[in-house]
Amino acid sequence: MWRVSEALGRRGFLGMAGVAGLAAITGCGADGGAAAQPTQGGRLRAVYAGGGAKEVLDPHVQSLFVDIARHKAIYEKLVELGPDLKPVPRLASKWEHDGTATTWRFSLRDATFHDGAKLVAEDVLYSIARIVDPAVPERVAQSSLATLDLKRSKAIGPATVELVLTQANAEFPALLAGIGTQIVRNGFKDPAKPVGTGAFRYVSFEAGRSMVASRYDGYWDGPARIEELHVLSADSEARANAVQGGQAEYANDMTATFARTAEAGKTVRIVAAKASTMQAFVMKVDRPPFDNPDVRLAFKLVADRQRLVDVVLAGRGEVGNDLFGKGYQYYPADLPARERDVDQARSLLKKAGLAGKEVEIFTADASAGFVEAATLFAEQVAEAGVRLKVTTGSPQTYAKDLLTKGVIGNHRSGAMPIPQYVTDRLLSHSPFNVTHWRRPAFDTAFAAARAVTSEDERSAKYGVLQKTVRDEGGILAWGLPDYLIAVSSKLQGVQAVPPNTLDQGRFDKVWLA
Amino acid sequence: MRSYAAQRAGLAIVQLAVLSVLVFVLTSLLPGDAADLRFTETLTPSQVAALRAELGLDQPPVERFVHWLGNVVTGDLGTSLISGGPVADIVRNSIGATLVLTLATLAIVVPLAVALGIVMGTRENGRVDRTITSITLALSAIPDFVIAVVLVAVFSLKLGWLPATWIGGNLLSSPALLILPIAVLFGRTVCLLSRQVRAGTVAALNAEYVTQARRLGVPRRQLLLRHVLPNAAVPGVQELARTGDTLLGGVLVVEAIFAIPGFATALVDGVETRDIPTVQGLTLVLAIAALLINLAADLVCNRLVPRTEALR
Repeated sequence: MWRVSEALGRRGFLGMAGVAGLAAITGCGADGGAAAQPTQGGRLRAVYAGGGAKEVLDPHVQSLFVDIARHKAIYEKLVELGPDLKPVPRLASKWEHDGTATTWRFSLRDATFHDGAKLVAEDVLYSIARIVDPAVPERVAQSSLATLDLKRSKAIGPATVELVLTQANAEFPALLAGIGTQIVRNGFKDPAKPVGTGAFRYVSFEAGRSMVASRYDGYWDGPARIEELHVLSADSEARANAVQGGQAEYANDMTATFARTAEAGKTVRIVAAKASTMQAFVMKVDRPPFDNPDVRLAFKLVADRQRLVDVVLAGRGEVGNDLFGKGYQYYPADLPARERDVDQARSLLKKAGLAGKEVEIFTADASAGFVEAATLFAEQVAEAGVRLKVTTGSPQTYAKDLLTKGVIGNHRSGAMPIPQYVTDRLLSHSPFNVTHWRRPAFDTAFAAARAVTSEDERSAKYGVLQKTVRDEGGILAWGLPDYLIAVSSKLQGVQAVPPNTLDQGRFDKVWLA
Repeated sequence: MRSYAAQRAGLAIVQLAVLSVLVFVLTSLLPGDAADLRFTETLTPSQVAALRAELGLDQPPVERFVHWLGNVVTGDLGTSLISGGPVADIVRNSIGATLVLTLATLAIVVPLAVALGIVMGTRENGRVDRTITSITLALSAIPDFVIAVVLVAVFSLKLGWLPATWIGGNLLSSPALLILPIAVLFGRTVCLLSRQVRAGTVAALNAEYVTQARRLGVPRRQLLLRHVLPNAAVPGVQELARTGDTLLGGVLVVEAIFAIPGFATALVDGVETRDIPTVQGLTLVLAIAALLINLAADLVCNRLVPRTEALR
């Protein structure tokens, strides 16, 4: 009855395939130091965009990259995501389901918490109960784990835990790899005293400034090479100065402009995870003029994607094909790239009665390149005879405002598994359905696909759904920006992988030469 | 004098009350609230709504303000909507860096500006006066961030002499952290202050009592120190009080560029995340500081030249 999940059954192969595949995409695997002999010791200072008082120690309340990096050093999840966003084992050494993807068994690794206690099934059950506790709304993974039936979930032994879902979901392991799903000690109450199983022990924390951690010698995956880890907060200008001036060895999320400057010098190296995020224009499919499929298609056809990538992303990225998740598991790579066709766009717009009319694009300086992209796109749309008027909103509330305001706007998404993107953004009741794509038939087909236990079959079903979104939906994914990290020339072993994956912001395998 | 002090204290309380209302209303008018901005795109709208209720942001604004005011009167600055910790902690953790930065800047700027002002004033329109004026004017005309970027590029990135940021730094172990930020703030303040001292010196030198003192043969040194300087210092001291505002503007830029975890950074963070109790707490502390500085300046002027009391 119990079936080892396919992800795991083919783990050895996939582990290799993931790395090889990524190396093929990026043109670089582990950067620079492949030949160098790893050395022990030293202090690593990594700088991330800060969040001031928003920064937290509680791993279940994480929302910023800086928090995620800090928590990753101290805590671990049952499952993590590989470079292709496919689940890979972490604290769970393997998992299997009952054949219907409703009841799941996770075997726990022989890991030890920083206080000396062994990881047991009760820790997992406690952690999950803590995450989904409805009394604390800010636990971020609450909605993604909403289908978990806690009452029927139980420990099968000290090292095996059984988790039961209220509806079948073959993607369940990936949900356990989402943000805010770390495993804490049974009875964990005070986030200010972090105790995890991660490669580093907590030393100190000041919100908006720093977290210091030291190497944990009892780490199950082999002790880290560096002795002391500082994860610091600073805005992009200060990050650039710090890594160039020798005050930090790792600076996360750098701009293309900085990358160009840095590559001209010798002190800093850029590690680029190629095409690993998405920039798009999003059209609301239930509002005029975008309720007309011809208009949506015309806008997709008129976009000069290469020029947008060259100008807005300073060439550091690839053109998009109106789909999320290029290079990730389940991405339908066989779909042809969308080519620019201004003539067809013009005739479609004319047919829709939009020639010479004005449409407003709602943008804001909420993310790098949003306003620039909207402005440049307005010029491109003008070639097809429609005036696109750029209006700007409040940067801080833009993501929320766009859910209800305007007819077309900017959208950026970080890396996440494709089924999660669909769940968050493309179902009738998705919390972030910014294109208002609400089709009951699509919802049903997606739920059915997600319950299919054969990966190939599931992948084929997802592929059909993605093609529908690409051709009829409101996402005009024009560019796939590279994710840029600047590292000091001394730092070796940093992987070029998408954000939110296991090897990104992971400091137990890097070393200082 | 006592009635003067009482009057000033009464006025200060009214000013603080008006300021608190204004800060509350203006921050509330910004789009979004702390529940929206605590997490962006990681919580679902229903989670955000629950968080809003938990933070009490679903209560009417007047009620929230009165609650805050009641706490402040008892000495409690309230709780941050973002960190969940006391606002007093945010004030305490951020005030040190800014205070050190500001005092260190003033310690360098004030004596230098007074000296420059006197040198310029005593050589009105001479070559020295014009040279110093040109240099200080030029310095104050260049935006802070430009000075900062150039200084960092040269002294940190190119020459490697000074730290480029405060990231991970500790002021006690590396006081060199202060040099570049002070250099940036220096340009902004020294011009204004020295111009005021210069103007005061020129005015005092041309005053009839100085002409009379000269006629009586008072030695030049004594004339400058005993008669000219106290009078010349009055506009300077008053300008110094206003320099607080100028410095705050500069500190904001400097803190951002050098990643200094100070007061201005905390204030900007508070506004960006709509953390109203924090913004109110920080502005209240700032306002009290400004009132005290102005009061001190008035008292100093009064002591320098007793007649200014009549001008209150």
